[in-house]
Amino acid sequence: MKLMIGLGSCGIASGGLKVKDTFSAMAKENPDINLILSETGCMGMCYKEPMIELIDDDGLGTVYGGVTPEIAKEIFEKHIIGGAPVEEYVVMKRDGSGPEAGFITQQQRIVLSRCGRINPESLDEAMAMGAYKGLEKAIKTMTPAEVVEEVLASGLKGRGGAGFPTGLKWKFAAAPVSDQKYIICNADEGDPGAFMDRSILEGDPHSVIEGLVIGGYAIGATEGYIYARAEYPIAIKRLEIAIKRAEERGFLGDNILGSDFSFHLHIKQGAGAFVCGEETALIASIEGQRGMPRMRPPYPANKGLFAKPSNINNVETLANIGWIILNGAEKFASIGTEKSKGTKVFALAGKIKNGGLVEIPIGASVKDVVFDIGGGTSSGKPFKAVQMGGPSGGCIPANLVDTVIDYDTLAATGAIMGSGGMIVMDEDNCMVDIARYFLNFTQSESCGKCTFCKIGTKRMLEILERITKGQGEQGDIEKLELLADQIKRNALCGLGQTAPNPVLTTLRYFRHEYEAHIRDKKCPAHQCKPLIIYEIDPEKCIGCTVCAKKCPVDAISGSLKSPHVIDQPKCIKCGTCLSACKFGAISVD
Amino acid sequence: MCNCGKENSKYFEPFETVLSEFKGEEPDLIPILQRLQDAYGYLPEDIIRRLSERTGIFISRILGVATFYSQFKLKPSGKHTIKVCFGTACHVIGAETIAEAICDELGIALGETTEDGEFTLESVACLGCCSLAPVITIDDEAYGRLTPTKVREVIRNFKKEAQAV
Ligand SMILES: Cc1cc2nc3c(=O)[nH]c(=O)nc-3n(C[C@H](O)[C@H](O)[C@H](O)COP(=O)(O)O)c2cc1C
Ligand code: SF4
Ligand code: SF4
Ligand code: FES
Ligand code: FES
Repeated sequence: MKLMIGLGSCGIASGGLKVKDTFSAMAKENPDINLILSETGCMGMCYKEPMIELIDDDGLGTVYGGVTPEIAKEIFEKHIIGGAPVEEYVVMKRDGSGPEAGFITQQQRIVLSRCGRINPESLDEAMAMGAYKGLEKAIKTMTPAEVVEEVLASGLKGRGGAGFPTGLKWKFAAAPVSDQKYIICNADEGDPGAFMDRSILEGDPHSVIEGLVIGGYAIGATEGYIYARAEYPIAIKRLEIAIKRAEERGFLGDNILGSDFSFHLHIKQGAGAFVCGEETALIASIEGQRGMPRMRPPYPANKGLFAKPSNINNVETLANIGWIILNGAEKFASIGTEKSKGTKVFALAGKIKNGGLVEIPIGASVKDVVFDIGGGTSSGKPFKAVQMGGPSGGCIPANLVDTVIDYDTLAATGAIMGSGGMIVMDEDNCMVDIARYFLNFTQSESCGKCTFCKIGTKRMLEILERITKGQGEQGDIEKLELLADQIKRNALCGLGQTAPNPVLTTLRYFRHEYEAHIRDKKCPAHQCKPLIIYEIDPEKCIGCTVCAKKCPVDAISGSLKSPHVIDQPKCIKCGTCLSACKFGAISVD
Repeated sequence: MCNCGKENSKYFEPFETVLSEFKGEEPDLIPILQRLQDAYGYLPEDIIRRLSERTGIFISRILGVATFYSQFKLKPSGKHTIKVCFGTACHVIGAETIAEAICDELGIALGETTEDGEFTLESVACLGCCSLAPVITIDDEAYGRLTPTKVREVIRNFKKEAQAV
């Protein structure tokens, strides 16, 4: 039997290491049991962490969720020793049965095919599931130009946000003649609340390395860099191990697979700056400078890292490459819509019941992801909107939930495909607050190089802050629109050019919420604290004293069995009393 | 030159170790600063001065880089660091109320250190475990699915345990 413990970041955060310790200890106590103890990355169902998978000798995998050390003991005794699955905690079985199996069976996994199925530190396990077969085919049977053509024909577009055709990018980078070229993997994943790239790197680092080597071969680069977000220590550690293993096996280094192509790979850690996800800023950062974007042209394909021709691709883009080369462009292009091919990975989070990592064929709808796979809102309250594309993207409202996920259809809504962050919101979320949140983020991450971004976003933020504080004025919406237009047209880089998007899409679909804040000084979602007030209805209050005990600032008083009152100046509007009262006596407006 | 008497102490040993691993050219600057911060907990002024002397990189350049990236600290932190996630997933599930509760519990604002030097409170954008939102970490251990009441308990328990040790 083989036991795999989910030790992606969220597995570890939910206590996966303690589960691992329990199993190791029990395995030691039972030396006659034939058990291989291993670990794996993100299995996708982050909402069920800590998770484990037990693979029987006949190959059937049983996935358990919500495993505590106590449950681990039970599983060890009943399933590992006794041979009978503990159905109570079974999430799914790999034959497609089990209560949560739909979360996986409704997905189509290319990029994530090995993620959560292999030990990311084992090259053998990755190879047993196809790793480096694409590289072998490319190097042994194709010319660099043929590789570029194949990627071009697949229709793969960049998964980092902008959606530029990858094959075309490679063609541009392959063209210049130079003594040195570079290929760079953008693993800066800056969208706050997105974790696709981290999960890929933690779960299957070899897929990204394979993509980089093939890309290097295609454009004629012999050096590669992975620029990884500093907050991803586990991903970085697993990448380091994977690079070593790949070098030992001849997939990296000099004379790869006996050919005369050599390729060396380095990891650079970011240092906490969102703007470094932008290509020219990223290059400046690798060069040891402040990560500030510069004017293009010259494009990196002509003058990039250390002034040499360079190509930058996103983690997920690169993780597709091995599959495309191995299975052919045609097969890849058969998935997706007319203009957008392949699959896309999304990180589903926020007020969602089944949060986790989802890979769907492009062309599925928002509804498929949020409801069929995600299970709807975690609160059970009505779904209000989903935010896609983070600080550069926008909100798709509930009435557009049938929107098809492809680059063009999403762009038409004002949102974007983005890199894959999907944050679900229910009716308790205020859309003005969401706009303020993102603007606060972009404003503090603006590198300060150009005026429209640096000062324009600050002015927009000030207006949004006033509105959410109940100090909005007539004309504010028009001012926001004017500033948004100017910033979009005049900012130097993508950060500034897209910063107004969260404001513009919320204005487009939730204008009435802005108006309620400005005109009526009310927050319809009851979220903007200066605009709401909690009150106790003396008719309904039976004086049970529960709220008074729970209020963290002692703002509620009253004696037993008589109506209580809230001391308004003291109230911090935390909402604790509202959820504490069992008699529906407290209301918020 | 500073005259704090550290000149002959072991103070600069980690600095020398870090520097010996690099060529000391400009592309090394960020990794060098990262390693120095690991060694010293922050980037002390005398270390930055010495780095400039030894590599020939101007202090203005070093400080330019150190202040651009949010990872670098120019002041020492408290004994324990609490990070509150303000990523989008955590935001929509109430990161702000979590932060308010912590600030109230510790009597400091975000970015500050308690007077006794025990805790520094920081905000971060996404700790990478969004499915546990809202999340905080104390010294890199994550606490998820918090409410204002729960987070107060987490901090009180942590203080108690820290005192017991
Ligand atoms: C402010 C800003 C932040 C970005 N952050 C990222 C990021 O975190 N990861 C990423 O892959 N691309 C990011 N991008 C997009 C990259 O600049 C670039 O388009 C992408 O890495 C190219 O790879 P692709 O063609 O494979 O998508 C960002 C762009 C901007 C303007
Ligand atoms: S748009 Fe903003 S982030 Fe981009 S270069 Fe200008 S100031 Fe810097
Ligand atoms: S919890 Fe409700 S019923 Fe009880 S004292 Fe408070 S308001 Fe009255
Ligand atoms: S990281 Fe644990 S399942 Fe996603
Ligand atoms: S948004 Fe808080 S952990 Fe990702």
